[in-house]
Amino acid sequence: MSGFARHRRSKRIIATFTGFEADLLRNLAGQLVELLRNEAAVPDERDPLEAMLDFTGPTTEPDDPVLARLFPTAYADDADAAAEFRRFTEGTLRDGKARAASSIIDALEEAGLPHELTEGGLMIDVELEPAEAEVWMRSFTDLRLALATRLGVEEGDEERWAALPDDDPRAQAHDIYEWVGYLQETLVQALMR
Amino acid sequence: MSAPSPVELDEPVTEDLTVPSTPWVTIVWNDPVNLMSYVAYVFQQYFGYDKKKAERLMMQVHRDGKSVVSSGSREEMERDVQAMHEYGLWATLEKQGRS
Repeated sequence: MSGFARHRRSKRIIATFTGFEADLLRNLAGQLVELLRNEAAVPDERDPLEAMLDFTGPTTEPDDPVLARLFPTAYADDADAAAEFRRFTEGTLRDGKARAASSIIDALEEAGLPHELTEGGLMIDVELEPAEAEVWMRSFTDLRLALATRLGVEEGDEERWAALPDDDPRAQAHDIYEWVGYLQETLVQALMR
Repeated sequence: MSAPSPVELDEPVTEDLTVPSTPWVTIVWNDPVNLMSYVAYVFQQYFGYDKKKAERLMMQVHRDGKSVVSSGSREEMERDVQAMHEYGLWATLEKQGRS
């Protein structure tokens, strides 16, 4: 595990993952795409015809806490303005985030990650143009926000996670959260240079 | 658009003229997830701020819980807030001087 680095001559952003790591990233990105594409933005309790004729976006905060964090309310004290903002932005934001996560999956598979990971010892070399790397960096934020929201991560709670036994699924999920954070940190450093 | 209308001079309309030209602000709020380096990178990349200003604003978010990162018309601030949401930052907009 060495994270991302900038190749000196080509200026491309490069990283090497084990098959296991690449498969894990694909899995996380896949779950995010599914959440963004499948979960209805608002439970629709309106008249079916009325709902069908409404081509605009949602106006209320998503029920799912991950989606509520990914698409925050833009006006704290003005519900009408917040609803309008959401109507015009949430669809676009959802598409952008889903496309970004999908591009991670595509790049990993193009780099040689098989659909089903069976063999051990596989290494996946990823090479990204700076613009692609920036898409990955943004998507890592979405993945980390999703993991953190599910886990209930709070400011300065490192000890709480460290105290969990290794076989606690929350400890494992938190390790993955930290790993994606490490990857993102190396990506930011590589892009900043 | 204009249409003929009865002339009424009772109500002064000068009030509108005193509204400042940039009355809206974008605020970024602290969250326990986003990396400090990432937040500073976003401020440099999106707003074009130099490293020093980007890091000052990032530290303000981190320490004070929030920071005003841009100001302008309401439409401009809606664009900035949408961009911050694209980057996964928690941003809101409001009229300047409200908080």
